[in-house]
Amino acid sequence: MCGIVGLFLKDNSLSPRLGELLAAMLVTMSDRGPDSAGVAVYGPAADGNAKLTVQSGTPGADFETLSEDLGEQIGARVGMRRNDTHAVLSVPSAKASDARDSLPALRPGIRIMSDGEAIEIYKEVGSPGDVASRFGLGEMSGSHGIGHTRMATESAVTTEGAHPYSTGADQCLVHNGSLSNHNNLRRMLRREGMRIESENDTEVGAAYLTWKMLRGRTLGEALEDSLDDLDGFYTFVVGTRDGFGVLRDPIACKPAVLAECGEYVAFGSEYRALAGLPGIEGARVWEPEPATVYFWRH
Amino acid sequence: MRSYDLAASGLRGLNRELQSLNGSTNQTVWEITNPRGSHAVAVGLDAPVEVVVRGSTGYYCAGMNKQATVRVEGSVGPGVAENMMSGTVIVDGDASQYAGASGQGGLLVIRGNASSRCGISMKGIDIVVCGNVGHMSAFMAQAGNLVVCGDVGDAFGDSIYEARLFVRGAVRSLGADCIEKETGPEHAEALAGLLARAGVDAGPEEFRRFGSARKLYNFDIDNVAAY
Repeated sequence: MCGIVGLFLKDNSLSPRLGELLAAMLVTMSDRGPDSAGVAVYGPAADGNAKLTVQSGTPGADFETLSEDLGEQIGARVGMRRNDTHAVLSVPSAKASDARDSLPALRPGIRIMSDGEAIEIYKEVGSPGDVASRFGLGEMSGSHGIGHTRMATESAVTTEGAHPYSTGADQCLVHNGSLSNHNNLRRMLRREGMRIESENDTEVGAAYLTWKMLRGRTLGEALEDSLDDLDGFYTFVVGTRDGFGVLRDPIACKPAVLAECGEYVAFGSEYRALAGLPGIEGARVWEPEPATVYFWRH
Repeated sequence: MRSYDLAASGLRGLNRELQSLNGSTNQTVWEITNPRGSHAVAVGLDAPVEVVVRGSTGYYCAGMNKQATVRVEGSVGPGVAENMMSGTVIVDGDASQYAGASGQGGLLVIRGNASSRCGISMKGIDIVVCGNVGHMSAFMAQAGNLVVCGDVGDAFGDSIYEARLFVRGAVRSLGADCIEKETGPEHAEALAGLLARAGVDAGPEEFRRFGSARKLYNFDIDNVAAY
């Protein structure tokens, strides 16, 4: 099954409430995906700095002196904001790829959830309500966010099996469905130099889109391409630094509802997820067409 | 009128009360407030009562309906009026996938659009959609009438048996064994009756009729009496 929620704010009026609204949407989708949950939140960016969100199963030991150790390694000042099993590292943009490359040797137990100027990804095993509260999602602000509640089918119930997946700077993907040609695509994409860290089908979908965009396609075009190259069932919701996209496969048996009004575009696997949004009574609510790319940008 | 606040009092209590109505009560008009996309609202009714849902619902609204009239003042999720036996279900907004699936009788009216697989495996239900329907609608439709006032998506009427399909707008593509057929006076009369019951202001002459070519290997017209 799985549940997806997404909220893309068109102006700043609701930005302080992004996390609160997204958390409420996520919790309504708990019975579609009770085993794990995750969110990507596009928050305020600091000029000249990149953010790396990292996760550890032993955060006490791994995070203790991480900012100092990493700073020494890359020769730059590293900021760190700890949040439960996750931490957001802030490094000068020019040093972001150094930092990324240094982390595995410095802290073998750490997983990199995302990197970019705005994106932060938090995901864990557990009920969506527990996951939202342990990370304080309700207090987060931002311009857009995507959440996922998982009922595992294609890979184990683990942190790395949870969504969202990020395979490129400020990009993320969540997925309801299952891809059937992910093993073949994973081999091809790894040959092409793409970074794919799990055995999960969705991560392959994310890497495919990143690979297409590295070759000059826009997100909208990459999504169009995926209709030819990805086999299986999918409703995708994707985020970029300033964009938000939705795509359903041509059979479209995975549910999807979109709502749009003056303040936001919202996505839910079901209308229940949208029912609590401010102004939903006046919003245009519709089911996205199969094999049709929907995309909004700031 | 009896009013039931779904957010305050819960789904099980609602369906228990509605299902226990047996035609001997004076409480024949019900209003359900705060549905907020809930699943399985007003399912399994078997009494000549009127139920109005003030808002949008989720999966399986008014499923297995018998006798009752259920009106939704909003949109519905997948599987509205699934396996309806009799009565009337009216949706003021849109319907998601497989509206009226496997329905054996009664009338389902959707004032907006219905998405994919509308009327899949219908077995005698009448469905009137004022807007468009999505792909694979009337898949394996066995009996009853599907009236679409707007356009129809891909693979319309695939593997259809003996249901009658009427379309006013464009058909993107027909499914296997579904063909356009002549509209005889008996079809026009049935269609006019359905349009009137659904409150649609259109004439039967504006519609084209589609049905089974009866060429699929597992269906031989000589065996029609067996179906």
